[in-house]
Amino acid sequence: MTELNAALEHPVYNYKVVRQFAIMTVVWGVVGMLVGVLIAAQLAWPALNFDLPWTTFSRLRPLHTNAVIFAFGGSALFATSYYVVQRTCQTRLISDRLATITFWGWQLVIVAAAVTLPLGFTSSKEYAELEWPIDILIAIVWVLYAVVFFGTIARRKTSHIYVANWFFGAFIVTVAVLHIINSAALPVSLTKSYSVYSGTVDAMVQWWYGHNAVGFFLTAGFLGMMYYFVPKQAERPVYSYRLSIVHFWALVAVYIWAGPHHLHYTALPDWAQSLGMVMSLILLAPSWGGMINGIMTLSGAWHKLRDDPILRFMVVSLSFYGMSTFEGPMMSIKTVNSLSHYTDWTIGHVHSGALGWVAMISIGSLYHLIPPLFNRERMYSTNLINVHFWMSTIGTVLYIASMWVNGIMQGLMWRAYNQDGTLTYAFVESVAASYPGYVVRVIGGAIFFAGMLIMAYNVYMTTRKDVPAQAPVPSASAASGA
Amino acid sequence: MTSFWSNWVIILTVITIVGITWILFANRQRSGEEETTGHEYDGIEEYDNPLPAWWFAMFVLTIVWGIGYLAMYPGMGNFQGLLGWTQEKQHADEVAEADAKYRAMRDRYLALPVAEIAKDPKVMKMGMRIYGNNCSQCHGLDAGGAYGFPNLVDDDWLWGGSADAIKHSIVMGRQAAMPAWKDILGDDGIYEATEYVLSLNNRSADPEKAARGEKHYQSYCIACHGPEGKGNPAMGAPNLTNGIWLYGGTAEQIALTLRNGRNGKMPAFGQTLSEDKIHIVTAYIYGSSRQAR
Repeated sequence: MTELNAALEHPVYNYKVVRQFAIMTVVWGVVGMLVGVLIAAQLAWPALNFDLPWTTFSRLRPLHTNAVIFAFGGSALFATSYYVVQRTCQTRLISDRLATITFWGWQLVIVAAAVTLPLGFTSSKEYAELEWPIDILIAIVWVLYAVVFFGTIARRKTSHIYVANWFFGAFIVTVAVLHIINSAALPVSLTKSYSVYSGTVDAMVQWWYGHNAVGFFLTAGFLGMMYYFVPKQAERPVYSYRLSIVHFWALVAVYIWAGPHHLHYTALPDWAQSLGMVMSLILLAPSWGGMINGIMTLSGAWHKLRDDPILRFMVVSLSFYGMSTFEGPMMSIKTVNSLSHYTDWTIGHVHSGALGWVAMISIGSLYHLIPPLFNRERMYSTNLINVHFWMSTIGTVLYIASMWVNGIMQGLMWRAYNQDGTLTYAFVESVAASYPGYVVRVIGGAIFFAGMLIMAYNVYMTTRKDVPAQAPVPSASAASGA
Repeated sequence: MTSFWSNWVIILTVITIVGITWILFANRQRSGEEETTGHEYDGIEEYDNPLPAWWFAMFVLTIVWGIGYLAMYPGMGNFQGLLGWTQEKQHADEVAEADAKYRAMRDRYLALPVAEIAKDPKVMKMGMRIYGNNCSQCHGLDAGGAYGFPNLVDDDWLWGGSADAIKHSIVMGRQAAMPAWKDILGDDGIYEATEYVLSLNNRSADPEKAARGEKHYQSYCIACHGPEGKGNPAMGAPNLTNGIWLYGGTAEQIALTLRNGRNGKMPAFGQTLSEDKIHIVTAYIYGSSRQAR
């Protein structure tokens, strides 16, 4: 690998750390989605829990969420932010050593998560299950990440800071604040701690964190990715600079308020619920600003969609982004939420964002990114990218459609009354009725996962020195970014 | 909340809403179509197209709607909103509405004895739904019971099978208390007592051990389970002679019960279900146990 790295080293930029994170994005994508398919199958066929504590749904579910959000998504964000900040600031990362530490530190966090979660060590906070020693490691790695990123921006050779870096910067700063405040805990042993917050305050801090993990990790960070790779792949100017300004500031100012919509009709005071709901609805336009800027960047280049599956990944990811950021504000309305809350609709909503937006924009960006990192003209096979595109799209649609059907059905069954005022259905009847949807979800998830395996093969063949790319496909974009 | 925190909430909310409104209007310039900003980053240029009009309108609309909502509903600190809405009130209103709708019908049933309404198919249907959502988790959808949870459709009642006894079990719950005898009887004593319990059911037993077991029975068990082992519903002591076993009837399982004791618990539903619903579900259990016979 050392030899390979030397041969691939860019004269100006640090590509090594980008390469490392890019490869691990693919690896963790495969692992995290495999666990996802397994736990989806457990919900359809409970025997797959195997009656072992380490393989029960309750322990593997946080492993899945941590693996796809922080291992897959996190590695994708590290890779793209390090690449984008260097290329748009025209300067090398401020410190190669710190960048290396963030890579190995982040992988250590992931491995620690993969070991401790199945063993049952958990703080029980959703998306923040890791125990305090790992939380401290995350905080250290994250601060170093901020030093590398902002240090590089400070040494930029351009007069302005490109919009992608605004989003990456907001993501890095806010995630640090969220993680440190939400994870504050009193340790009682190496593997057990208790949150410093209690009761309703704990719930509110948790969902302030939880929703902004969505807002800043899964939205702002990936918008940063979008703002570089979409115009690059389309070879078109970004649609509107002023739209960038308005939607960036509105997005970061309003997202931070939206957490209470996770706690409608609970012990949370009415005023906090209302503010969460109002801000969530106002969030619709700022969220769509990013979608408009991405999709309209393609105006004048629509014909490229015909033969460029990478661009297709990006456009479809923006469409799913627009759809789920419309769905989210709707679900935060109390009346809608009283139907959707606690049902599979929520899981469908999350995955239209996670599969449709986060995973597909990352996959598209990686297909753009990997050839220049390995000194190649293009990916090994454009046809396989196209196959992967269709598998991702079909998998996502099956997943979210089955969860919509299940979620709305569950919500309606739980609130159905007979003429005598008794509930029409016992809870278990709604579980039985959900079974077909659970099977469809497994199928959709498995198709999406199989697409990741194809990607892994394509990436592996691209990185091999001795394999030439397959017959070139007429694509104006294939050589970009190199 | 104190007025400091109330003002804190109001000020932050106003700053946020005014701030986004300002940045929206400050960038509402209509010219500049298809002109780039002049910046260039790694080959990427940026147009400075105006904000799409429909998007601008949608943004303004949501802000206006948000301000309207915060005037009507609680949100701005201690300000309660013009509608006087609270979630507690909404809940109370919905309960009152349901009461008004269903209470009269249920009160009719409440006035009649359990044994009588249990003959009404409508009551049995309502009772089945209440049972399905509250009781079936332990006693099973068919009320056939499970290990540790009594069968409700046989003829054997731990705490009595009269309408009043069933209702009492539901309202107040039940707490059984079979003590652990391992320290008093010792291993041999447990084995002998087990043999005696088996002999009460005419199952193969070592007569000598059973005879010794009978002595233990007379000293310790008789108080609750009675001289003939028929049990006592006043304290939930099971009949030991009818072949029905809550915790299993093999020699090993009986010995385990003797050794470690049992503490079966039926939770109280008096606080969870309203009086009329308890009346109806009592009729359902009473009726289905008699139908099954």
